[in-house]
Amino acid sequence: MDLLIEFDSFLLRSLFAGMAVALVAGVLGCFVVWRRMAYFGDSLAHSALLGVALGLLWGIDINLSTLLLCSLFAILLVWLQQRRLLATDTLLGIMAHGALSLGMVAISLLNKPSFDINRYLFGDILTVSSNDLLWIVVGGAAVLATLALCWSSLVLMTLHEDLAKAESVNILLMQILLMTMMTVVVAISIRVVGILLITSLLIIPAATARLLANSPERMAIISALLGMVSVILGLLFSLWLDTPTGPSIVASATLLFALIAPVLLRKH
Amino acid sequence: MTNHLLSADNICVTRDGNNILDNVSLHIAKQDFITLIGPNGAGKSMLLKCLLEFYQPDSGEIRRKPDLKIGYVPQRLIAEPTMPISVQRFLQLRKKSSPQELQEILLETDTLALVNKPLSVLSGGEMQRVLLARALLDSPDLLVLDEPAQNLDISGQLAFYKRLDFAFSNRDISILMVSHDLHMVMSSTKQVVCLYHHICCSGKPEVITKDPEFISLFGEDMAKMMSVYHHSHDHQHDHSHNHNHQHNHG
Repeated sequence: MDLLIEFDSFLLRSLFAGMAVALVAGVLGCFVVWRRMAYFGDSLAHSALLGVALGLLWGIDINLSTLLLCSLFAILLVWLQQRRLLATDTLLGIMAHGALSLGMVAISLLNKPSFDINRYLFGDILTVSSNDLLWIVVGGAAVLATLALCWSSLVLMTLHEDLAKAESVNILLMQILLMTMMTVVVAISIRVVGILLITSLLIIPAATARLLANSPERMAIISALLGMVSVILGLLFSLWLDTPTGPSIVASATLLFALIAPVLLRKH
Repeated sequence: MTNHLLSADNICVTRDGNNILDNVSLHIAKQDFITLIGPNGAGKSMLLKCLLEFYQPDSGEIRRKPDLKIGYVPQRLIAEPTMPISVQRFLQLRKKSSPQELQEILLETDTLALVNKPLSVLSGGEMQRVLLARALLDSPDLLVLDEPAQNLDISGQLAFYKRLDFAFSNRDISILMVSHDLHMVMSSTKQVVCLYHHICCSGKPEVITKDPEFISLFGEDMAKMMSVYHHSHDHQHDHSHNHNHQHNHG
């Protein structure tokens, strides 16, 4: 009996954590699709592994160390971008894979036999602690609130930057906010889908939602719903077939895309 | 304080050692319709950027009437199909306008039939009409247009300028426009400012086309062609001109 309650509460916690992350990633993911930030998100996620390594090294909260390192990475990237010496994708490539490799090397040097790297690369939603859940809820709520407050400014800026500027949208602030939100979403998504699959949680539901929506707001809502459905399906598959949860969630999202895309593309 | 809506005083912008704007002053008062012309690379866009406070000039002052409402029409907007957004939603983004005002402006700009279309399927001419409609919403004091008819064919340009004239005469508004369409600009009676890093000349088209600086900037043939719009009787062809001006038209 105790075992059953225990089972229920940890499963519910995982489900809740996954759905909360999918909700936030689904909405922010629309901007990733509209503004072509997929590679940026991917690089940010790769750099997170170095954050995990540093967290373990210094013995601080891994969520915190990841968030700090991703922020540092984002600032460094913007700074390098403005030097205009190298193309953005080159910079992203260098920094992403550099950070990923450094992270791997640092973790192996730490020599912790109990450390399972796969938990970070592909997520491990079933081990979400209540501390992780707190990060997810607070971070996710902050991102959603920011998006809701700045929604029309962000949409206008995405359509035409000068037009937004002329209508006194603070472009620099909006760009910093977008980057910060990406950083937060990456940090809170690691537990759910892992470093290597975070981008898919951002872009797959949003891309599927694009096919079903006729307004930016509806696209965001549908994207969030599709993300949450993917989490439920993924968890069920993972329990039923004993597959890793992160990849199962992303596989479900992809399945939804594959089911919906052909039907709607034919209609267009 | 004067009753200028927006003014630039002694603006200088230097980039990589080149004087892009050299001591430029421009004042926009109520109900002014000013067209800014000049060859490519003359600093027209830079002056516009300074006026809109997109860019901080190296020296000089930009003054804005407090609470000045600006409607901006960019050169073009390419809406990507990745974002599903209708014309109506685009028009109302960040704009406070009553349904009645919206309806009137849709009629005026001939965009009523477009409201439910996705923004990404509009043609060039339709998009410029929608951008004009958006700029007119929420009763601006000043309309700023950056080569608004650049990507339209000649009949599209004509229609756009007619519509702009109508919008101007219909409301209490000032207009500042950058334009490359000399034939359109010169056939109107509005004020023209000719810029080539500094302000070469300004005034009504018929005055401008006789100005030595305008003639040296655009060439005698061009100046004559333009003045034809006002002095069709004045045909003295002179093919012995010889210009040594090294203006960069690239």
